[in-house]
Amino acid sequence: MSARNRELMGLLPASLLITAGFAGVFIQRKSELTNVSLTYGAIFLGLCLAAHVFIRITLPHADPYLFPLVSVLASFGLVMIYRISSDDARQQAQWFVIGLLLFAATVIVFRDYRKLEQYRYVIVSVSLVLLILPRVPGLGEQVNGAYLGVRIPGTSGIQPTEFSKVGLVVFLASYLRDTRQVMVQGARRVLGITIPSLKHFGPVLVIWGMAMAILFLLSDIGSSLMFYGALLAMLYVATGRLSFVVVGLVAFGLGAWFLGTHIPHVHARFEDWQHPFEPKIYNAVLGSYQLANGLFAQAAGGVFGQGFGQSILTTASGSPLIPEPQTDMIYAVITSELGLFGAVGVLLTYLLFVYRGFKVAILARDSFSKLLATGLSAVFALQVFVIVGGVTKAIPLTGVTLPFISYGGASIIANFVLLALLLLVSDRARRPVVRT
Amino acid sequence: MNSQITKLFAVIVLLFGVLIYFTSRWTVFSATALNDNALNSRPLIAQLRIKRGRILADDGTVLAKSVKAGHGTWGRTYPQGSLFSQAVGYSEPAAGDAAGLEVSQAKYLRGSPSSISALFGTTSTSTQVGDDVHTTLDPAAQKTARQALDGQAGSVVALNPRTGAVLAMYSNPTYDDNHPAPDKQCDAVGCLVNRAVSSAYPPGSTFKIVTATAAIDTGKYTPNSIVDGNSPVTVSGVPLSNDGNQSFGEISLTTALTYSVNTVWAPVAEHVGIRTMTEYMKRFGFYSKPPLDYPASEMRPSFVESPGGQAYPPGSADEDIGRIGIGQGGLLVTPLQMAMVASAVADDGKLMVPHLVASVIAPDGRTVTTIAPRLYHQVMSAKTAQEINLMMRTVVDEGTGTPAQLGNGIQFAGKTGTASVGPTGLGETQPWFIGFAPANDPKVAVAVDLERSDSGLSGGQVAAPIAKDVVQTLLSEGK
Repeated sequence: MSARNRELMGLLPASLLITAGFAGVFIQRKSELTNVSLTYGAIFLGLCLAAHVFIRITLPHADPYLFPLVSVLASFGLVMIYRISSDDARQQAQWFVIGLLLFAATVIVFRDYRKLEQYRYVIVSVSLVLLILPRVPGLGEQVNGAYLGVRIPGTSGIQPTEFSKVGLVVFLASYLRDTRQVMVQGARRVLGITIPSLKHFGPVLVIWGMAMAILFLLSDIGSSLMFYGALLAMLYVATGRLSFVVVGLVAFGLGAWFLGTHIPHVHARFEDWQHPFEPKIYNAVLGSYQLANGLFAQAAGGVFGQGFGQSILTTASGSPLIPEPQTDMIYAVITSELGLFGAVGVLLTYLLFVYRGFKVAILARDSFSKLLATGLSAVFALQVFVIVGGVTKAIPLTGVTLPFISYGGASIIANFVLLALLLLVSDRARRPVVRT
Repeated sequence: MNSQITKLFAVIVLLFGVLIYFTSRWTVFSATALNDNALNSRPLIAQLRIKRGRILADDGTVLAKSVKAGHGTWGRTYPQGSLFSQAVGYSEPAAGDAAGLEVSQAKYLRGSPSSISALFGTTSTSTQVGDDVHTTLDPAAQKTARQALDGQAGSVVALNPRTGAVLAMYSNPTYDDNHPAPDKQCDAVGCLVNRAVSSAYPPGSTFKIVTATAAIDTGKYTPNSIVDGNSPVTVSGVPLSNDGNQSFGEISLTTALTYSVNTVWAPVAEHVGIRTMTEYMKRFGFYSKPPLDYPASEMRPSFVESPGGQAYPPGSADEDIGRIGIGQGGLLVTPLQMAMVASAVADDGKLMVPHLVASVIAPDGRTVTTIAPRLYHQVMSAKTAQEINLMMRTVVDEGTGTPAQLGNGIQFAGKTGTASVGPTGLGETQPWFIGFAPANDPKVAVAVDLERSDSGLSGGQVAAPIAKDVVQTLLSEGK
């Protein structure tokens, strides 16, 4: 079977999932099956088929599993959001369409994605500006003490960090491709540890500083960890030096420790994480209420979950029991309703996506492509780790979206761009070599 | 670079392993602790979202029902308020508080998601609806009891002796179960306490029915045995006299019951002996919490207390069995227990398990369960029961219980009691009346007690008329 036919087959689970899911919500709401659920499923399937035909024409050799995996995640997310708030689901569906359009635009404009390298300093500058935007007075909005969003009239806010994520990976892939050799050769060994020269390591230090700045200015531990983790992953793949990673981790750890103990609002986040069930911290403003209720929701789910649509999401007074159930805390809702089994299923789907991403990197024939695919896959994996880790109290909780599942326009668009880049690299890597 | 990419993927797999570990931790290993955490409001919200079933009287009068409280939650109202509050109780999930049938029948009232929707959560409706609990309580009898008690502290319990069905259970002081948080004044008199099952008092002469049962059923006495009715006699080394130190001379055991002669019944109890007396008390249900379908934590057993306020073990040699035989000597009984004594005599010696619930009906009309009459103990032979029955008729016909006479040719078999309570010398009494009617075909057994009469009124004077009213109401309804 050709790659594209395998992709087509891969769309079947997604379409079944979304039809079954919407049917489930409708039965639960109306105690009867309406044809609207089938319509929703049909429209979604139509969109996926259109995207598939587009990929068939433009990227015939690209990895056949990445797009179906995204469809599964997106359809699952749409059903989940619909169950939480049907208004949000309608918006999310619109964002899904816009995301597909931007996906197509990316594929067409950057057909030869290597020209991205020419714009690397523009890209990194824009990415950094986007990162700082939420802190600009009058423009940014504070959510749970962290500056994550930008207010845009008519929408419920945009999280520009989602775009910075892709931009920074593109920049690093290009930069490390150029400097990876000299970084190793110009290094000196001090006390048995290989230290690269400041000249070549400089930009890496800049990103370390940036990660610290994100932590300090935006009090966003999650994004900071995500960017910095992607940097270390790419640095390791580019140079093969574990010592760079170790030095990097120590530097990050020291910085985070310093900020965590000296900056009150960062410190508060660490306290929420360490003692979510302390009544004083639980009841405090910006305290551990959200985290604790996310954990209670997961405990209610148990192994098999309470059943789709059965988790309690509102209090007796009608306010949300878990703040931000459709974005930050959607993993807790999934676990509550579908249990450990459902949650692990979602995680394994992400892992499969990341696996295919790394496969693209391995098959790629040039360093830039390898680093780009690695970086995009790593930052995607780390984003899942940061939000799921936050919701499960593995690490401090910060508001990052669960890719393709959480409600959020910026998130879905940026991740479709990420998918487009991965497929572009993949198509080139798997294209049969034509001898002339 | 490929080997680094492979190693990097291994690290990512490890990180996802961490996520799965932490998810398992909350969903499995620490789930119970989290579900029970005091900060966790999910269990409470889940409770508030259940539309609990109704509680109904035997004629369908709604005693408790659920009303919408907004945002998918339900509240509880009690249309009959204080008239049924002691029996029905209340349910206040927000305060973590509940009582009465709301507790003992919670399993039915909450209902459960059907097994199919438990498997496939998607297919169930979002509201869990509980089953309706139909009780045996009779609203007219409750009203009569309240009216007849007229605000005095005390209890009325009426049973169907054939089935054990509780027809009436009313006690004063009472409260409105729509507002179960009592004010100070209410709290001071223990208004939330269901005195019918959780307060115990000296039964006085009503206990002579137990003594008579033991005396006749063992064959030591017959109703016609001639006994010495002179006053005073010495019981456990202390003189005991009749009311007004009246001497009756040589009389039959029946006459001794008719006029409630203490100086006969104390020696009879001594003659029967502690061991046998204890055996019969146990058969009547003493020393155990009543087998009523009511929360065990809201009931107490009837037993003998030492002067120091400690419960004697059953049959203790330290007991003053002579005084116990006349319902004093540290004996403390619940009104329900005394109704059970009357009921056992009424039903040929068969004591039925008392029950408040008649049936449980699911929202779809299906009968979930019907409570069938169950024998608790065969207390005495049918012959003994018939003899005690005849003796009790003389009490109402010509003895201390004449105010209970029903007229219309219906005979009431009963026994009065006037226990001494409070500090000696003040003459405070605890008036009682127990009995059943019609005596030749008993349909209602009743126990009435009034808490502490300062003016020393007797059971015949004040408790018997209340019993009469309640029994008349029930018989006129064809119960």
